[in-house]
Amino acid sequence: MIVVIDSGINNSSSVVRMIQKVGGNVKIGSKPEDLKEASKIVLPGVGHFDEGMKLLNESGFSESIKECVLNKKMPILGICLGMQLLCECSEEGNQKGLGLVAAKVLHLNDASREKLKIPHMGWNTLDITRCNPLLTDDPEEQRFYFVHSYYVKPNTSELCIAKTLYGSEFCSALNSDNIFGVQFHPEKSHRFGISLMRKFVEL
Amino acid sequence: MLKHRVIPTLLIQNGDLIKTCKFKNPEYIGDPVNAIKIFNEKEVDELIVLDVGKSKDHLEPDYKLIEEFAGECFMPLTYGGGVKTLEQASRIFRLGVEKICVNSLCFENIETIKSMVMKFGSQSIVASLDVKKSVFGDYKLQDSSTSTSYNSNYFETHLEQLLQAGVGEIMLGAIDKDGTLSGPDIKLIKKVSREIGVPLISVGGISSLEEIKNSVEAGASAVAAGAFFVFHGKRRAVLITYPPYHELEALLN
Repeated sequence: MIVVIDSGINNSSSVVRMIQKVGGNVKIGSKPEDLKEASKIVLPGVGHFDEGMKLLNESGFSESIKECVLNKKMPILGICLGMQLLCECSEEGNQKGLGLVAAKVLHLNDASREKLKIPHMGWNTLDITRCNPLLTDDPEEQRFYFVHSYYVKPNTSELCIAKTLYGSEFCSALNSDNIFGVQFHPEKSHRFGISLMRKFVEL
Repeated sequence: MLKHRVIPTLLIQNGDLIKTCKFKNPEYIGDPVNAIKIFNEKEVDELIVLDVGKSKDHLEPDYKLIEEFAGECFMPLTYGGGVKTLEQASRIFRLGVEKICVNSLCFENIETIKSMVMKFGSQSIVASLDVKKSVFGDYKLQDSSTSTSYNSNYFETHLEQLLQAGVGEIMLGAIDKDGTLSGPDIKLIKKVSREIGVPLISVGGISSLEEIKNSVEAGASAVAAGAFFVFHGKRRAVLITYPPYHELEALLN
């Protein structure tokens, strides 16, 4: 059973619909106890980092997620803000992140970049940097839908599995053992997202 | 490489898909869910659905219909029409909609828009502005739900207020161009795109791929169109079309 965490601010229904489309067994988890049945977790999210963490902490999800991911080695996929919440901290707020991966979240418009329209919104492509279970380096260009103002900067480059160019390159997908994160929205990326979700379901 | 978005915009009235001309004379096109299915199959970049009678008649959004729309979209969906409160917005996001488009609320209650941005993030709030060119060539803002026209000085004040409220995108509609297939208002796109740091979605008048390219060159981050994607030929026969990805890529990159 794949549990899609709905702590209150995310649009979990799109993710659920796509998992159903690829034949996955899925339910929405609105409280930590729902994770008891889980074999995999999806953490979607839109909105502010602090708001996202506050909801996970207050509902008790933070501890349950850590237990599932670190002790039970359950696969987890963080999407957009969900990817950022896996990190240690974010420039967007003051709350500590889940700290499941050694990475920080920075604003896209940092000094090294030219003046960009923020948020980075629209379709963009990936450069797969490491062999991984979710994304393959197909000959056909794969495009994904992005909407974000912050990006994940891993402490070590091995964590990154795909990079995307917006002004300069940033890490658009990460993987460390059972932990996966994507900055883009696979649930809104047509057949490219469907393929990624199918691979996560089949892990 | 990031490309500019090309977005079909669908108008809904009483559950029907319609198309207007200069915001008037709604013409029945067909079943919106069917149209959305076709656009999904054509792998459109995004889709905007506007339920045009809701604000005017002070009606609640049609949640059941919105849920049906969202169920057909494996691409980002923007909904607009009658959204006045945080609760309504929250309910719509939970149905699987990515962005909410506000228009008359921008005139009525800028504080609510600020709260929406705080709660849902700027990327999920699109502010839509409709402008009409006066005989002197300046642009007048219009609130279509009340048919109020504002003097041309107010255009920039209003835009500034929305940017300060933190909206993630500005959708700029040229009323005189709506449904006319007579080409976009390039001057208007240039004027507004220079003034804003957030993405600009231009809408109104598109009748060819070349005009989409011209809009992008004038500064639009995304180009929306209605009639261009639902009508075909001089007799405006209903035919839902969308250019294949490689064509758009060749056009815009």
